[in-house]
Amino acid sequence: MARKKNRMSTEVNAGSMADIAFLLLIFFLVTTTIASDKGILNILPPKLDPNNPPPEIDLNERNIFTILLNANDQLLVEGEFRDNPDGLDEDVKAFILNFGQPDEEGTALYNTLPASLKALSAKLPDSSDDPGEAVVSIKTDRGTSYDKYLEVFDLTKKAYFDIYAARVNLSTDEYRALTGKNDAEVSLQDKGKEGIPMAISIAEPNKIGGN
Amino acid sequence: MGKFGKKNKVSENIPTSALPDIIFMLLFFFMVTTVLRDQEILVEQKIPQATQLQKLQKKTLISYIFIGKPKNTALYGTEPRVQANDALLNTPDIVQWVNQERDLLPESDRGLITISMKADRDVKMGPISDVQTELREADARRILYASTGKVKND
Repeated sequence: MARKKNRMSTEVNAGSMADIAFLLLIFFLVTTTIASDKGILNILPPKLDPNNPPPEIDLNERNIFTILLNANDQLLVEGEFRDNPDGLDEDVKAFILNFGQPDEEGTALYNTLPASLKALSAKLPDSSDDPGEAVVSIKTDRGTSYDKYLEVFDLTKKAYFDIYAARVNLSTDEYRALTGKNDAEVSLQDKGKEGIPMAISIAEPNKIGGN
Repeated sequence: MGKFGKKNKVSENIPTSALPDIIFMLLFFFMVTTVLRDQEILVEQKIPQATQLQKLQKKTLISYIFIGKPKNTALYGTEPRVQANDALLNTPDIVQWVNQERDLLPESDRGLITISMKADRDVKMGPISDVQTELREADARRILYASTGKVKND
């Protein structure tokens, strides 16, 4: 009776600590969004200087691959009507690697290409002379949906990335994942691009179907 | 001889006293790596899908611009609007905004400022090209069409 001491436990019960931490963890998992900054990179042309207009460059029509997108999201690719852009990447690739009338540099470039890319060269007289000359032009209306434009732009980029990747023996995804954070990656990137500039021209849209 | 009785007893209890620490480590990891959205998005954002996504190495160079139909149509109307930071901008104000953003960067990186265009997929090309014209005017020519990965079906 007298001996019975009311001893207090000195330890704090830590068993539920994990549960509390779990609750917090789940709260943060649900409420936070990982900022995604992935996207398709595009470099806009410099602004026009009214005093110093850009030099007129005469390009042969055969060196321009025109893609028109109208306000109904229909395509006109090199004068041919299309309902959807499927397969456009293959057409762009064939256009870039046509080697119709390559100059000296173009011939040297052609000889460095791997066999899989050489096979795409059709040497048509009415397609691009050589990759250094080839330009892909995308023109939209103001009423064209952004979604469709991006799809076409995406496919055009894919054509270029496919070529670059094939030149350095990587898959397209691997090539695109190169960020140039070290010299080895930069040299791979440069080797892929060498002699084949990514010439995608985005024309000013027509005032049709928009405001 | 007499040692048969000794059983090699293995304790079946897994010590769980380190569990809170492990969970806390996970918690801190998520707290550090995730960014709380510090701005309210005033325009609709259904980001389009694409396949040829690239990641930029330096995130600090990126400024975000949001284009889409305003969520509050009673106040802002139904035409696509441009949002930067936490306010809706008129198209001519973009140049000023870009210059402000550029001033926040260290001097050596100012030429490399990249604008991530988070445009809704329902926006037409008209507003997009107006924004692009302004960005050219502001000499912020590196743009990133923000998009999410597309599941390939081939």
